[in-house]
Amino acid sequence: MTELLSDSAYVLESLPELWFGLVMLALGVYLLLDGFDFGLGILFAEADETERKTMLAAFGPLWKANEVWLVLFGTVLFAGFPAVYANILSRHYVLVFAILLALGLRGLGVKLREERDDQQWTRFWDACFVAGSTAAPLLLGAFVASWVLGEPSALAGGPIVVGLTVVALSVVLGAAFLAIKTSGTLRRRVVRRGRTATAIYVALFALTAAVLFGRYPELQSRLWSLPTAALVAATLVFAALSVVATSSGRYHGAFLSAAGLAATFVFFVALLLYPAVDPAAGLSISDAIVSPLSLNLTAIFAAVFLPIIGAYFVVLYSLFGGSATPEHSYH
Amino acid sequence: MFPTSELSISALASAYAGDALTLAFLTPELASRIQFGWTITIHIIFAALSVGLAPFLVYVTVQEVRTGEERYARLRAFWTKIFAVGFVMGTVTGIPMGFMFGTNFAAFSTTAGEMIGGPLSFEAKMAFMLEAVALGVLLFGRERVSGKMYALSSVFVALGAWLSAFWILVVNSWMQTPRGYEVVMEGGVPIAKLTDPMAAFFNPRFPWMYVHMQNAAIISVTLVIAGIAAYFVWQNRDSDVWRTALRAAVVVLLVTSAFQAIHGDMYGRHVAETQPHKFAAMEAHYETGQADLHLIAIPTDLEAITDPRADNLYTISIPQLASFLASGGDPTAEVTGLNDFEYDSPPVAWVFWSFRIMVGLGFWFIGLGAWGTYRLWRGDLYEDERYLQALMLSSPLGFVALITGWYVAEIGRQPWIIQDVLTTADGVSPPLSSAEATFTLLAFVVGYVLLFGVFLYVLKRLIDEEAERHTVGIEEDDRPDSPGVIADD
Repeated sequence: MTELLSDSAYVLESLPELWFGLVMLALGVYLLLDGFDFGLGILFAEADETERKTMLAAFGPLWKANEVWLVLFGTVLFAGFPAVYANILSRHYVLVFAILLALGLRGLGVKLREERDDQQWTRFWDACFVAGSTAAPLLLGAFVASWVLGEPSALAGGPIVVGLTVVALSVVLGAAFLAIKTSGTLRRRVVRRGRTATAIYVALFALTAAVLFGRYPELQSRLWSLPTAALVAATLVFAALSVVATSSGRYHGAFLSAAGLAATFVFFVALLLYPAVDPAAGLSISDAIVSPLSLNLTAIFAAVFLPIIGAYFVVLYSLFGGSATPEHSYH
Repeated sequence: MFPTSELSISALASAYAGDALTLAFLTPELASRIQFGWTITIHIIFAALSVGLAPFLVYVTVQEVRTGEERYARLRAFWTKIFAVGFVMGTVTGIPMGFMFGTNFAAFSTTAGEMIGGPLSFEAKMAFMLEAVALGVLLFGRERVSGKMYALSSVFVALGAWLSAFWILVVNSWMQTPRGYEVVMEGGVPIAKLTDPMAAFFNPRFPWMYVHMQNAAIISVTLVIAGIAAYFVWQNRDSDVWRTALRAAVVVLLVTSAFQAIHGDMYGRHVAETQPHKFAAMEAHYETGQADLHLIAIPTDLEAITDPRADNLYTISIPQLASFLASGGDPTAEVTGLNDFEYDSPPVAWVFWSFRIMVGLGFWFIGLGAWGTYRLWRGDLYEDERYLQALMLSSPLGFVALITGWYVAEIGRQPWIIQDVLTTADGVSPPLSSAEATFTLLAFVVGYVLLFGVFLYVLKRLIDEEAERHTVGIEEDDRPDSPGVIADD
């Protein structure tokens, strides 16, 4: 125990890099899980009341737990790289609160629409849910891009394109999730929407690469490299797979392909960032990492609790697996 | 074309409205402090609701599964709905607070990151996650899991809520009595390095704060349960369901509030030892010397509200009692006055009056508990109209005591954000502008007022729904809980 909690050396020599990997992993899981929640919220806009009930039944027991991954991402970043946490949040002050507002609106929307039976009330909270679900991935994408690019403003060209890319990815994920959980007209429509979103996503991904290549000369060597080529190839393969899978009715396969797209996206983020963690402040992993005792302790906690969290999600998702029906919506 | 520099609201404001508007903004420090304080004022209501309601939910859920009795199913269904709304509100108001460490108090986060980043991540990993997952099962899983599993999910929800509070209070108590660290300068910035995790987590304040806070949450929720139960019993004397809840609440109230008074007295002595300036502010004690305890203080003029000094107050005091309490038995002990600290005093009026409100309410709760227990013992608890009304009127007061107690702890430690290490002024984000901070503060004030209004409205609707159900005499649960999703196709 005393060795484990050494204050002079990391338990593993590469622990700082592993912790960076964990930050990216938390971001990736969050993008996947809340990504399909956002996508569901966007697709919610064109659904009728029965379909809406089905959609809410599909994700009702899951979304709170999904959203906790954002907190996990934030605290993992804070625990490993406190200066980075402080820097990027204070630098994007207004944007961070806009993201929180969007998340708050959708959380309240989905919970409060059920609390009263009149149309006006339901419509109002539905609108909050749709608006929040659209704004959150847009702003989160812009935030991540602005962090990775060391761009002082999230309103610059690069971050806005990335924000739109994340919105498209959310729709891909949401459609794939709903395809598993629904049937009939609703399923046919979300599958169609999912395909369109996949095409838009691939186009935006290419546009993002082009914008980055043109506007950020310092990234050019990294963009013109083998790993980037592999990630682009993976994006095309996953996109094609998801279309093939939906055409043959293999909806779980389509969801896995969509998850592959999300994973590829986060790999791309990590690739652009590494070995920096805060390019704008010129901080690399080794500059910003906390000292050994603190990181060792936190890493031991993570090693114990992440598998437990994984088990929670397996239980939760298998308990509420299968298709959703409108009668089994909220309360 | 958008500017490539950070969209600056202050620049926009002065461009469109001139300097007059810019002058109306608060300083970043003041705006950030008010924003954090205001956010926590609302958040703590929902956090305490979770902590206090969770053990009660475990009790009724376990009883329901064990006995199969309808009254427990009714109580479980009703309080689970309130718990769920409270949990969503708690998440919506709580997530911004974690991010505010970075947005508004970036310098503090850099200095204290090693000390508080870990515990915050433990909270997310072992507590918040558990609570969110188990709540999904508790809300949607009644028909999907066995009775035992269902009861267990309520235990997990409670465990999650209590562990959450555990790690949050580890962080907060460390800021009050920091231990287990050393300060190292890195690039001109002070960094608190973790040297001894056990000393840091279980710092001297932690056990005091945890016990006092969790018990305060239980008292607050017990008063809400008692008030709502009193309302239903007052409407329908024969309601077996709500007589059960009322009986339990009254006894729990007496025990927990009496314990809180004894514990609070000892806690006060600990504060006098570790944060003497806070103790002095609690008694508005300016000159070093023997200190009296002002049992009751009434301002004689308006100025005395903002500047509470013994000369400006009509007080009923016990001579030398504050000396006696601070020193643990010596009535002639010297208590250092606020004038004799090297640093600024905290806002004395806030601390002084908050403390009085908290303690005064505490005694009222003991009285309420004793009155009800006596009636219960006499056998006419459900007939005492005046008592039922007193309970109804008192139901929000536990939260008032809790919030004012929090003010004593947090405003009382100013000017320090970390006692004797970092001042709040030095902890604020360097790039933060007055306009940004004032703008978000305004948004939080408006947003949370609306949010809290919606919560009260939903609470009222749930109560009305329940009242309707049991005044027409339908005692059985006519709306079984929905399971969320049906089985595989």
